[in-house]
Amino acid sequence: MPFSSILQFIVSGVTVGATYGLTALGFTMIYNTTGIINFAQGEFVMLGGMLAVFSMKWGGLPLPVAVPLSVLLVTAVGVGVDRLTIRPMRGRPTVSLVIVTIGVAILLRGGAMLLFGKDTHSLPPFSEGPAIPIGGAALLPQSIWVLGITLAVLVAMKLFFDRTITGKAMLACACDRKAASLMGINVDVMVTVSFAFSALVGALGGVILAPITLTAYDVGILLGLKGFAACILGGLGNPFGAVAGGLIIGVLESLGAGFLSSGYKDAIAFVILLALLFLRPSGLFGKASADRV
Amino acid sequence: MKGMKLVLAAMLGGALLFGGTAFANEPIKIGAIFSVTGPAAFLGEPERNTVKMMEEEINKAGGLLGRKIEVVVYDDESDATKAVTAIDRLIKKDRVVAIIGPSTSGNTLAIISKVEEAKIPLVSCASAKKINLPVKKYVFKTAQSDAIFVKKIYQHAKKSGWTKVALLSASDAYGSAGREDLKELAAQFGVTVVADEVFGPKDTDMTAQLTKIKGTAAQAIICWGTNPGPAVIARNRTQLGIKTPLYMSQGVASKKFIELAGKENAEGIFLPAGRLLVEDQIDPKHPQKKVLAGYIRDYEGKFKGGVSAFGGHAFDAMNLLEMAIRNGKSAEPETIRDQIEKIRAFWGAGGEFNLSAADHSGLTEDSMVMVKIVKGDWDLIK
Repeated sequence: MPFSSILQFIVSGVTVGATYGLTALGFTMIYNTTGIINFAQGEFVMLGGMLAVFSMKWGGLPLPVAVPLSVLLVTAVGVGVDRLTIRPMRGRPTVSLVIVTIGVAILLRGGAMLLFGKDTHSLPPFSEGPAIPIGGAALLPQSIWVLGITLAVLVAMKLFFDRTITGKAMLACACDRKAASLMGINVDVMVTVSFAFSALVGALGGVILAPITLTAYDVGILLGLKGFAACILGGLGNPFGAVAGGLIIGVLESLGAGFLSSGYKDAIAFVILLALLFLRPSGLFGKASADRV
Repeated sequence: MKGMKLVLAAMLGGALLFGGTAFANEPIKIGAIFSVTGPAAFLGEPERNTVKMMEEEINKAGGLLGRKIEVVVYDDESDATKAVTAIDRLIKKDRVVAIIGPSTSGNTLAIISKVEEAKIPLVSCASAKKINLPVKKYVFKTAQSDAIFVKKIYQHAKKSGWTKVALLSASDAYGSAGREDLKELAAQFGVTVVADEVFGPKDTDMTAQLTKIKGTAAQAIICWGTNPGPAVIARNRTQLGIKTPLYMSQGVASKKFIELAGKENAEGIFLPAGRLLVEDQIDPKHPQKKVLAGYIRDYEGKFKGGVSAFGGHAFDAMNLLEMAIRNGKSAEPETIRDQIEKIRAFWGAGGEFNLSAADHSGLTEDSMVMVKIVKGDWDLIK
C-alpha cells in the first residue's frame, strides 16, 4: 500500500475523530459538574447543524450570521433542558438523571423531525476552495476549521477548569455537591452554566461538521454514541482525554476500513476500545477513582 | 338498559331494510399499505399521495363498473410488524378485494404468506427479486428488480470499455441486495469486480474506502445506497481528485441527491432511472410520453413536492388493478388476479408491463434509461 494512501486514512480519521472529540468535550463539561452523562449531547450537535441550515433556508440569513445565531439558540436550549428537566429532579440518584437525559434526547430528535422533516440537509463550507494536497493525501479546507475549532475549544476548556475560579467551582460541584454548596458555591447556577456550555460546544460541533458530513434530524444518535465512546476511552472527565479518545477512534476506524475491511469498520474500533478498557478500566488518561467505604 | 335494547333493535331493523339495496352501490374497496412515515417515508409519501389522487380521479369519472372505489390506506411506519397488523385489518375488517403496497421489500416479504392464504391479489411497490422468486400466485410488483438496474449499468459500462469495476455499497438491506446482484451478474457481462467495499448508511466519511479503490485498477466505481451516503461519496470523490467514472443506483434518482452532493460534485455521475426522471427529454412519439406527462401534470398540480419514481410504482399498481377490474368486469379477488396476469403491452410510469403466469413483474431493462448528471440536471444518454 502506497504511503499516500496511509496518509489519507490518517487525515480522514483525524477529521472524523475531531467530530467525535468535540461531542466528547460536551459530555465532559456536564460530567465534570454534575457527575451525570448527558445522553442528549448528540442532539445538541444535531440542533446546531439543523438550526444553522434552517435559519439560512427559512430566515434567508447569510452563513456568518446563521452560525452564531444557531449556536446561541442551542445554548438557550441547553439552559432550558437544565431548568425544565434536570433541576426539578435535583437530589435524585444519578441514574434517574441519566435516564431523564435519554428522554430529552428522544424529545429533541422527535421535535426536530416534526419541525424540519426527515430529509438530509447540507450547509455551505465556511471557506471556498478545493481540497488541499498534503503528501498525496487530500484535506478539505473545512477539515482545517474542524481541527482548529476543536483545538481552540479544548484549550479554552482546559484553561477554564484549571485556571478560573468558576471552573474550579464547577469541578467541586461534581466532587461533592454538599461540600461545594457549604463553601458558598451556588450549585444550581453551576449546573445551568455547565449545560449552557456543553450545548454551546455541541452546537459549535454541529455547525462546523454540517458542511462535511451533511445533517439530518437523527445524526445525533451516532455522534452521541461515538462521542461517549471517545469519552470513556480517554477517561471520563478529562477534556484532553476526550479529544484524544475521539481522534484515536476516528483513526482506528479509518485504518480498519483501509487495511482490513470497510464492513467491519465500526467493529474494529469498538473491539480495540473494549480491549483497552479491559486493560485500563479508567480510560487512557483517566485517574483510577477510589471510593472510601 | 331498555333504551339500549331499543336502539339495537332499530339498528337491526334498519340493517335488514336497507342492507339489500346498499350492496349494489357499495364501493369497491382496495387496500393499501405504505411507509408514509419513518425512514422509508420518501417511498411511502408519494405513493400514498398518488393512490389518493387516483381514487378521486376514478370516482370523478364515474367509478369502476358503476361503483365508486374506496382506497383504505394504512401507514406501516416503515415497520414490518405494523405492516402485518395492517394486512390483517385490511383482509379481515375492511374486506378489501385487492391490496397495493407495501413500500419496502422487507415489509412486502413479511405479509406475502398472509395474502396467499387469504387469496387476495397484492401489487407491491417494492423492488426485491425475492418477492417474485419463486412466483407466488397472488403477488405482483411494479418496481423493477435491482437486477434490471444492474444489467443496465453493466451494459453501459461494457459499451464504454470499462470492464474492471469497484463496488461501494451501503451495509443496509438495500445496499447488500444490490451488491449481491452486482457480483452475481458481473461475469455475464464480462466485467470483473476488483474491489468490494461497504459503508454504514449513517457514515459521514467514505474517503478511506475511496482511497482503497483509488489504489486498484478499477475503471469505474458503482455505488449502491440511498441518501445521504451516496452524496457523501460524491463529495469525497472530488475531494480526493478521483477521476474514475462513478455510477449510482436508482436509490438516489431525485433532485435531493444533487442538492446534497453539490452540483460540482454530482457532475458526470451516471445512473439508471425510469423515463419519468427525464420526461421532458423523451421523444414525443414514444408510447410512454403521454402517460408520464399526464401523471406529472396531475401530481404536481395537486401536491407541492416533485414527482418521484416511487409514486410512479403506486400509479402503475393502481392502473393494473383498475384495468384488471374493467377487463374482468368483476371486483372479485380471484378474477382480478387472473386478469392482472393477462395484462400485456401496458405503458405505465415504470415502463412497458408484459405480465404472464411466469412473470409477475413484467418489466425488463428496456424500461430503464441511463442518465448523466450535467450542470445539476439529468441528461438522457441516447
